[in-house]
Amino acid sequence: MISLKVNGKMYEVDALPDTPLLWVLRDDLGLMGTKYGCGIGRCGSCTVHMDGQAVRSCAIPVASAAGKDIVTIEGLSAGGLHPVQKAWVEEDVPQCGYCQSGQIMAAAALLAANPRPDDADIDRAMSGIICRCGTYQRIRRAIHRAAAMRQG
Amino acid sequence: MKNIVNVRRNRFLETSLAGGLILAFSLSQTGPSQRFGSSIPSGSESTPADFLRIGPDGTVTMIINKSEMGQGVYTSLPMLIAEELECDWKQIRVEPAPVAAVYNNPLTGMQMTGGSMSVRTEWERLRTVGAAAREMLLEAAADIWGVPKARCHADNGMVFHDSGRKLSYGELAEKAAGMPVPLKVPLKDPSAFTIIGKPVARLDAKTKVDGTAVFGLDVKTPGMLTAVIERPPFFGGTVKSLDAARALAVPGVAEVVKTDSGVAVIAEGFWAAMKGRDVLDIAWDEGPHTEISTNTIRQHYATLAQNAGKVARDKGNFGTALVSAAHRLTASYEVPYLAHANMEPLNCAIDLKDDRCDIWVGTQAQTLHRAAAAAVVGLRPEQVFLHTTYLGGGFGRRGNPHSDFVVMAAEVARAIKKPVKVVWTREDDMSGGYYRPFWYSRFSAGIDKSGDLTAWHQRLVGQSIMTGTAYARRLIKDGVDATSVDGAADIAYEIPNLLVDLHSPVVGVPVQWWRSVGHSQNGFMIESFMDEIAHATRRDPYQFRRALLKDHPRHLGVLDLAAQKAGWGSPLPSGRARGIAMCESYGSFVSEVAEVSVSPDGKVMVHRVVCAVDCGRTVNPSTINAQMEGSIAFGLSAALHEAITLEDGRVRQSNFDTYPVLRMDEMPLIEVYIVESKEDPGGVGEPGVPPIAPAVANAIFSATGRRIRRLPIGTVV
Ligand code: FES
Ligand code: FES
Repeated sequence: MISLKVNGKMYEVDALPDTPLLWVLRDDLGLMGTKYGCGIGRCGSCTVHMDGQAVRSCAIPVASAAGKDIVTIEGLSAGGLHPVQKAWVEEDVPQCGYCQSGQIMAAAALLAANPRPDDADIDRAMSGIICRCGTYQRIRRAIHRAAAMRQG
Repeated sequence: MKNIVNVRRNRFLETSLAGGLILAFSLSQTGPSQRFGSSIPSGSESTPADFLRIGPDGTVTMIINKSEMGQGVYTSLPMLIAEELECDWKQIRVEPAPVAAVYNNPLTGMQMTGGSMSVRTEWERLRTVGAAAREMLLEAAADIWGVPKARCHADNGMVFHDSGRKLSYGELAEKAAGMPVPLKVPLKDPSAFTIIGKPVARLDAKTKVDGTAVFGLDVKTPGMLTAVIERPPFFGGTVKSLDAARALAVPGVAEVVKTDSGVAVIAEGFWAAMKGRDVLDIAWDEGPHTEISTNTIRQHYATLAQNAGKVARDKGNFGTALVSAAHRLTASYEVPYLAHANMEPLNCAIDLKDDRCDIWVGTQAQTLHRAAAAAVVGLRPEQVFLHTTYLGGGFGRRGNPHSDFVVMAAEVARAIKKPVKVVWTREDDMSGGYYRPFWYSRFSAGIDKSGDLTAWHQRLVGQSIMTGTAYARRLIKDGVDATSVDGAADIAYEIPNLLVDLHSPVVGVPVQWWRSVGHSQNGFMIESFMDEIAHATRRDPYQFRRALLKDHPRHLGVLDLAAQKAGWGSPLPSGRARGIAMCESYGSFVSEVAEVSVSPDGKVMVHRVVCAVDCGRTVNPSTINAQMEGSIAFGLSAALHEAITLEDGRVRQSNFDTYPVLRMDEMPLIEVYIVESKEDPGGVGEPGVPPIAPAVANAIFSATGRRIRRLPIGTVV
């Protein structure tokens, strides 16, 4: 049994220790908002927060997530009201939407660490997360908007 | 309605719109469905068809027959209904339609999403649905009040009487359902539109930012197992023998079954299934395609191109014109196989019972995929209930004409008779075939003494994607697959002597349509070669195109707008150059100007793309902008990076490490300008793709003098 803290809740999970956190979240905890895109750390669809850092949950064995504070898209805010989520809706960012949980989690971590990122900061933080629908331009705008929102 | 198809060849028209309008809806949960003017074939398809439901609480549920794969149909199609219904936009809910003939695309006779046709085919029908429902609500209110209907009007989900009395749609819904469906409803004059043509925010945005949107991969019913399938290492291979003992010993693995597609490992979750698959012991019968290599395909195609192919277009006399030309130009172009690489890998969830089968899948081809599943599991199509989820990208892949990902799931369900979700890993998805075909074209052009283009020949070599599909009868004529010569046989430029011919070799690599289909290769090749001719005749590439499009106001319109907004001809920072391209596809016209720099060490950077689009009357400008941005990113990704290659029968790419795609740091600034138009709506999901590769390649030529004749360009030239 592995103890996991996800979105503020404690879980006891019966999984092989090498199971990627991604699949524990999805298959064992039923948290389907975190997406599978590549399984090799190259697309960022599976991005979650671990102790406040944006990480690829497909590349983290569940055993090493034990005892860490994990936040998924479901736990980012109550009712989808995180400034990043609000900015995403206001900029009409999503197309198919599949990559957006990962994009939003990465953007939220970026803003937590750097409240006023410039375009180069955004490129650095966000280029790991692929969007095949090509929403990058709107993501960039939404991050700037969320940054402004947070500063009131 | 006939104007809907401004596809030049009118190729889908054969199924005839003569059957008239299909309108079927009920106005309350319990109310009777009513139909008129229906052209639904009687018999087998018997699901009650609804486009609209108004609940007692006033919620307006719109049942949408097109799959939402990012292109915004869950917003733009409700806009069509709402424009006439006069409902409260905030009360709208969207529900995916079940599978029924009433939801068919009238042009293909199938329920499907593709060909950039959603708004084009639903433009009249859904507005009529809204108008008829509004009339019935008015009728119901007039009846309750005992007043003439003419004294009532509808606004924002309410019916008002001149006296000031009012009733909400929710209060009227049940009674309205019993009112006769009007036989004829006048539709608003476009000048009176209040919703259509205004930018409207996506209705599905919220569910896509809080993680609640359900994609196929997120479907889980009680007891549902997960399966992964090990498939042959070569296309056309089969399982010779299987030892599943080690896989079955993996904790969590429930079953291992051999299916027609390979070996399925079924487990309690994805990871256990993968661990089981890793230790499968399979001997393969490798099949006939172990020798295929991109290099041999390339040589084979170049050889084929030395001889005449099937004629797709023959105007004037190319041969004579070429001989008498003052100057001649030839060039060969090539583009690779491409994967769709939808962000959500393919998957399909299925629950098979004795006399019923439920399928949850992100599909673009409901009719085909349901029929294919039914055939595998031995049920009739109407015993199969296909539930369309959100699609994590479509790009054509999820409309596979051979139903591959649905058939594979149905095979597993048939074998185990338990609810199961078949999941493709990214590697399965990328190396599993059904690519945009590899294409080779050889061009020759003749130019007269005054520098005018008098003769044009394009000889294409590439696999037919329609062969062996339900579309073959309609789209392949005299050996010419119409989609192979998209944009080539119907080239818009006025050239007096024109010859287009085609070889369609059979190669053992599965192929299918990829966003913008034949335009995806022909746009690049034609617009690049056109640019070569312009430079060879020392004309400005923009002006050169203009001169060949004198009587084509819509082509000229986008060309001029893009050139003007991009500042064509104005100075650029040093090291930067512009390239222009223009393509017509799916009833829309798009011109793009790319601003590119090439560093001294050859690094290519696309800084800015200006896009002008004429897609007729606009429904949701916000969606149009998004689709142009997305199409440019998608096309640029392919132009710069993407290629599926084969060596000794094996696909060499398997994931995003070996198949790089466009990322944020390469995204150019994109500006989209929409031409105002009163023409019927054109497509928007695909037409932005074809011009971007040639615009970039043409800019690279301007910057460096190096002509790109083979894609991908790569990051360094
Ligand atoms: S699924 Fe984890 S990075 Fe792609
Ligand atoms: S919105 Fe579709 S992949 Fe990003």
